[in-house]
Amino acid sequence: MQQEYKLENIPATTSFSQWLKNNFQYIPPAFITLILLVGQFTFGILDSYVTLVAAIATSMIAEIILARVVLGTWKNLASAYITGISVGILIRSNVIWPYVVTALLSILSKYVFRYKDRHLWNPSNFGISWMLALYSVNVAGLSIQWGSNLLAMSVIWVLGLIIVNRAKRLHVTVTYVISFIILAYVRCLITGDAFLAEVSPLTGPMYQLFIFFMITDPPTSVSTRKGRMIVVVLVAIVEFILRLNNLIYAPFFALFLVGPLAKFLDLRNNALNNRKHEKPGPGPGSVI
Amino acid sequence: MSPSKKYTKIIITVIFICLLAITFLASLDNDFFSGKRNIRQKATAEEAFGFYLEPANKETKISFRHIAPEVDPKLNHIKRQIASMGAAVSVCDFDNDGWNDIYFTNSATGSKNALYRNLHNGEFEDVADKIQLADVNRKGTGVSMGAIWGDYDNDGFKDLLLYKWGKPELFKNMQGEKFERVTEGSGLPPWVNANSAIWFDFNNDGLLDIFIGGYYKEAFHLDSLNTTRIMPESFRYANNGGRNFLLKNTGSGKFEDVTKQYGLTSTKWTLAAAAADFNGDGYPELYIANDYNVDEFYLNKNGERFEEKGREAGVGHIPKSGMNASFGDIANDGNVGIYTTNITEKGILIQGNNYWQPRSERVAEHPSFVDIAQISGIENAGWSYGAQFGDLNNDGFMDLYVANGFISAKENTSYWYDYSKVTGGNSAIIGDAKNWPDMEGKSQSGYEQDKIWLNNSDGLFEDVSDRVCPAATYDGRAVAMADLWNRGVLDVIVANQNNIPLVYKNYAGNNNHWIAFELQGTVSNADAIGARAEVEWDGKKQAQIVTGGMGFSAQNQHRLHFGTGKSGNIDGVTIYWPSGHTDKIKNPEINKLHIIKESKPNN
Repeated sequence: MQQEYKLENIPATTSFSQWLKNNFQYIPPAFITLILLVGQFTFGILDSYVTLVAAIATSMIAEIILARVVLGTWKNLASAYITGISVGILIRSNVIWPYVVTALLSILSKYVFRYKDRHLWNPSNFGISWMLALYSVNVAGLSIQWGSNLLAMSVIWVLGLIIVNRAKRLHVTVTYVISFIILAYVRCLITGDAFLAEVSPLTGPMYQLFIFFMITDPPTSVSTRKGRMIVVVLVAIVEFILRLNNLIYAPFFALFLVGPLAKFLDLRNNALNNRKHEKPGPGPGSVI
Repeated sequence: MSPSKKYTKIIITVIFICLLAITFLASLDNDFFSGKRNIRQKATAEEAFGFYLEPANKETKISFRHIAPEVDPKLNHIKRQIASMGAAVSVCDFDNDGWNDIYFTNSATGSKNALYRNLHNGEFEDVADKIQLADVNRKGTGVSMGAIWGDYDNDGFKDLLLYKWGKPELFKNMQGEKFERVTEGSGLPPWVNANSAIWFDFNNDGLLDIFIGGYYKEAFHLDSLNTTRIMPESFRYANNGGRNFLLKNTGSGKFEDVTKQYGLTSTKWTLAAAAADFNGDGYPELYIANDYNVDEFYLNKNGERFEEKGREAGVGHIPKSGMNASFGDIANDGNVGIYTTNITEKGILIQGNNYWQPRSERVAEHPSFVDIAQISGIENAGWSYGAQFGDLNNDGFMDLYVANGFISAKENTSYWYDYSKVTGGNSAIIGDAKNWPDMEGKSQSGYEQDKIWLNNSDGLFEDVSDRVCPAATYDGRAVAMADLWNRGVLDVIVANQNNIPLVYKNYAGNNNHWIAFELQGTVSNADAIGARAEVEWDGKKQAQIVTGGMGFSAQNQHRLHFGTGKSGNIDGVTIYWPSGHTDKIKNPEINKLHIIKESKPNN
């Protein structure tokens, strides 16, 4: 996951909203930290602080070094922090090295897979998908390893929706959730399982992180509102297919497959258009 | 792009590709279960590892077969999962003839439990019918989940507590000739969905008390339900399991429910329990392994109450799927640790088993533990249930046997995906069985081989599972160790769910020595449950504890068995009795079973 929000066109009606506008890039990191703290102090969701620190530290150090040597610049570390914390939460292992390697792969992917000077994969989506796809004896996902408390879930949903709304990505989350629910119903008709069983993952923490942080990530989402909605519908459809093939980590794999392809086409399309109109310009939220 | 930037990019890309390649290659070559099975024959295994476990069901004439419980038709779609326990084994010399006998529980309504009497010639005879311990799964009374032996009336013969998904039953041993059901009026609870129970004397009054751990809520009769909301409310934080029972022996065959008074009010999903004194005050602490939540460690406050100190002791931080609690001194330093089992499924759920090593000597008021399973190499076994430590090759170091495998149904199928859908969801969904996907005959962590770990004496264990016995992939549940042939070696008995048990005869092809102790309390309870023996030789000190059941639904032989390797001389043995008295014996004879009666405190 990575969030590199730069809000534009937020009306500066109050000094608070102006402050929020100026500092919005710190809201998603603060939000994910809040999720972590609430989870940790109510349930003790973390198996170890050491692994979390290892993931965050690796991610941030890698970002500092790579930004300096590849881009020749100092980068704001908010997105690296989110990547690290996401890895720390979403990966489960009894040893430390997977946290370090996943964080490192995530950040490295930003600097290796680039097109038009933009990265294609959501960093943590890349790292986490790679490690989970290996089906290792050392790495698992969060899928079945968290709590099921209704109040905690409601708080995270409300806060998450407020933040993606402020980030102008509410349409992404809502489109995905609606698509997931509709396809869950279709799946239950196919599998014969209860509708609640099919929709159940949506109520779990893995999805909360996925829909608020991963699919809404501005740098790796496409440039138009309509395009973003189409992309998340496609993510939901690919996930639907993967789920019918019993892949537990279907959402990560679906985004891994659809996201970069969509981003690539979007960048190419924008480049062609820009060339036509001789008006070059970066996409929204671009930091790198 | 400048040349230096270009080179930098190339270097970074190479690092990235190397990381991808290394992680990919690492994932290819690490499985819990070796594909190379039975590469060694018996003679080779004996030579290499000093022992070989040969299935001896036929030789012993043990023909028992476990049958899983029936469940309410409303649960039929997940029947294999619900009815996944009940295969239990407990070892006891019920007739005091000096030879270990074996009791197996069965779990279908109307099925019979079996008590295999040792005929001293390598054969066993099922005498359960004859002595009235067979027909105990009658309709309306529940079905057996396990049994533990303990001399609750101190008459010298071990009695039997049968715990069930149903009404617990107490049977009095009538001089080893028959058993009399004495449940009525004994004070046992009317119904417990129990998968664990132990005998222990928590107040050291010389009378054995009982702990029974509840799994499903006691309000449910699993074969006739009026609701499907019986499942855990969370995969990690469930507190909606059955209540536990602490039953104080008040004498004359009566037990008083003191659960609340002693502070054991937790309703986590208990699957195993074991008791031992960890702080040297003479009173046994209670370790409880819980499914769907953290384990609990109850500190015994002078036999007057228990205080839950799991977090402070370090064992109650990470919720797992606790299914076992067994003791072992793996480093011969006199420190007895606790081995708990959990679930490890490649790429899906990596909980890992724990070995909780005490951080301090047994004098700390508040004991604490550190998990060294990973560095000892005994962490990842599979979907583990019962486990027991025992020196299988008499080399002086305790080895480890872990039973594995959850549901072996259709081969090459997996219920894990379906399982993950509901277990990651909200409590309203996971808690209701009707939301759980139909298993459709799928396996889940099935066809797993049991783990046998050899203690290499340097703090590391070697996985020899595929080299010291023929391949077997039953769904293992309870494990017990006992010297079945009185040869001075530990044999292994594994109760498998919905299948035959495995009775392994241990061929220890070495000249290692051993010594064993049969402890009998006089001031302490007659079974000396809670007594601790420390054997010292060659600068080593190994401690073992007499328990009234430990592991998962299991009980080892009553006598304590110590391998001593090549050493022909034992410096001494110290026995710490529950009464507080200590006996010391210098230079006991090796290769012999010593029967030791607790001396009177003023002797």
